[in-house]
Amino acid sequence: MTQAVEIESLARRFGDVDALAGVDLTVAPGEFFGLLGPNGAGKTTLISILAGLTRADRGRVRILGHDVVDDYRVARRLLGVVPQELVFDPFFTVRETLTIQSGYFGIRGNDDWIDEILHHLDLTSKADANMRALSGGMKRRVLVGQALVHKPPLIVLDEPTAGVDVELRQSLWAFIRKLNADGHTIILTTHYLEEAEALCGRIAMMKAGRIVALDTTRNLLARFAAALTVRVDVARVPEDWRERVVRESGSVRYLGLADYSELEQLLAALRRDGIAIGELALTDTDLEHAFLNIMGSTA
Amino acid sequence: MSVQERRAGRFVRSMMARGWTTLLYKELLRFWKVSFQTIAAPILTAVLYLLIFAHVLSTRVSVYGDRVSYAEFLVPGLVMMSVLQNSFANTSSSLIQSKITGNLIFVLLPPLTPAELYFAYVLAAMVRGIVVGCGVFVVTLAFAPGVAAVVHPLWVLAFLLLGSLILATLGVIAGIWADKFDQLAAFQNFIIVPLTFLSGVFYSIHSLPDFWQRASHVNPFFYMIDGFRYGFFGLSDVDPQASLAVVVGFAVVLVALTLNLFSRGWKLRH
Repeated sequence: MTQAVEIESLARRFGDVDALAGVDLTVAPGEFFGLLGPNGAGKTTLISILAGLTRADRGRVRILGHDVVDDYRVARRLLGVVPQELVFDPFFTVRETLTIQSGYFGIRGNDDWIDEILHHLDLTSKADANMRALSGGMKRRVLVGQALVHKPPLIVLDEPTAGVDVELRQSLWAFIRKLNADGHTIILTTHYLEEAEALCGRIAMMKAGRIVALDTTRNLLARFAAALTVRVDVARVPEDWRERVVRESGSVRYLGLADYSELEQLLAALRRDGIAIGELALTDTDLEHAFLNIMGSTA
Repeated sequence: MSVQERRAGRFVRSMMARGWTTLLYKELLRFWKVSFQTIAAPILTAVLYLLIFAHVLSTRVSVYGDRVSYAEFLVPGLVMMSVLQNSFANTSSSLIQSKITGNLIFVLLPPLTPAELYFAYVLAAMVRGIVVGCGVFVVTLAFAPGVAAVVHPLWVLAFLLLGSLILATLGVIAGIWADKFDQLAAFQNFIIVPLTFLSGVFYSIHSLPDFWQRASHVNPFFYMIDGFRYGFFGLSDVDPQASLAVVVGFAVVLVALTLNLFSRGWKLRH
């Protein structure tokens, strides 16, 4: 079966930094795939190479079987990218922006689809407004629209909901889910890990130019997120519990627990060491804990 | 929908039949939307040059053995200067604005070839340069009506196209090279403007001292102006065929260089 994306031994170096240090990755057609990692992990470089904006030092990338360098005209027609930066052309209205973007792909008479995009992105009332007159969230939605004008089978969204309010974020995700249900492959990078958890069937986590975890979202949660997480406000953590800390924020610490019996053991250790508890709460396990565990364990 | 609107709609759709014609259309629309700045202002500037220089110097400067009045002599030079400066300004400003605001990504993501990118940007700039040049010519006819009797129209057309092509291409190079507006302004103010002003727009090089006459011969802009002026009067400072050869050669080298830069993604695809 032809994969939506095939990446082989992809490497790119900027100065002394390995932005990508040999990445292998396959995304199947129809997947909703998450690409997560801290800033500088290499996610945007990977996407830029996929889109032909950056050239790899070595390795190959194919989109639905078409090499992004040797067969770039077909590969780019198959790909829609929502860039991370909030960029726009101040000379044009929203409709002109989308019509021109269609034209770049050689598509004429695309008004019906553009109207549908405007509707789904809640931009119909702004169709004739100049791009400069839009709020940040609206500009972000136009970027999403520009990536979709040529109905690409592969859609890459690089932080698409940054600056978009909660209500519109929900409608945007409903639209992207519909596109995914219609057969479009989606690759998403986001800092909102709850979004990735809710939307993505499979997730790759990147760190320092490498993929450090790659599995279904369910398996990642099962493998890397503790069954329970306790949030406890203490001056210090008993020495024998230090390795269980997954996150710290001042005196508030998050510890992963295998089960409730470990909670009793933790409380006993705090009593043993004479550590007073300011506050204690149990929290649900989520992708954020898995993410922190993975990033911590690959330091 | 009116007939005119339908015709305009058909025109826009035909321009969007291919990716590169859409980029050409976008670039045309871009300067048309600010036409006071991009067309009217340079026409006014050129007319002011004509009024001031012709008034001050007409009795003091003799050109082509007084077979042509100084005001008439000035017109082709000012037309060509406007063509060159506006062709350069269009590509360079469009590219650097797109680079700095980041919206260049919208033309880098679609499946446009390097040649398509190049020709779309350059043709739009040539159109702007030629529209401004035609505007300058029409307005200045009121002050020098004798220029209307063009002796060699094909020479005029050839140098018009070549001059605008060359400066539009230089604008592409400058726009891609510059990382900030300051660098682009330096390219324009320290290279383009001096080469234009020292190319014989306002004088015949025979009125210059020997050194500056020789210096003019290494300025490619001089050949553009001189060949263009030959088309109007049948008179020139150097053999018009030599001017044509120099300008064609310069154009070929620049076009080849710029296509190569686009193909390599120089400062565009990292």
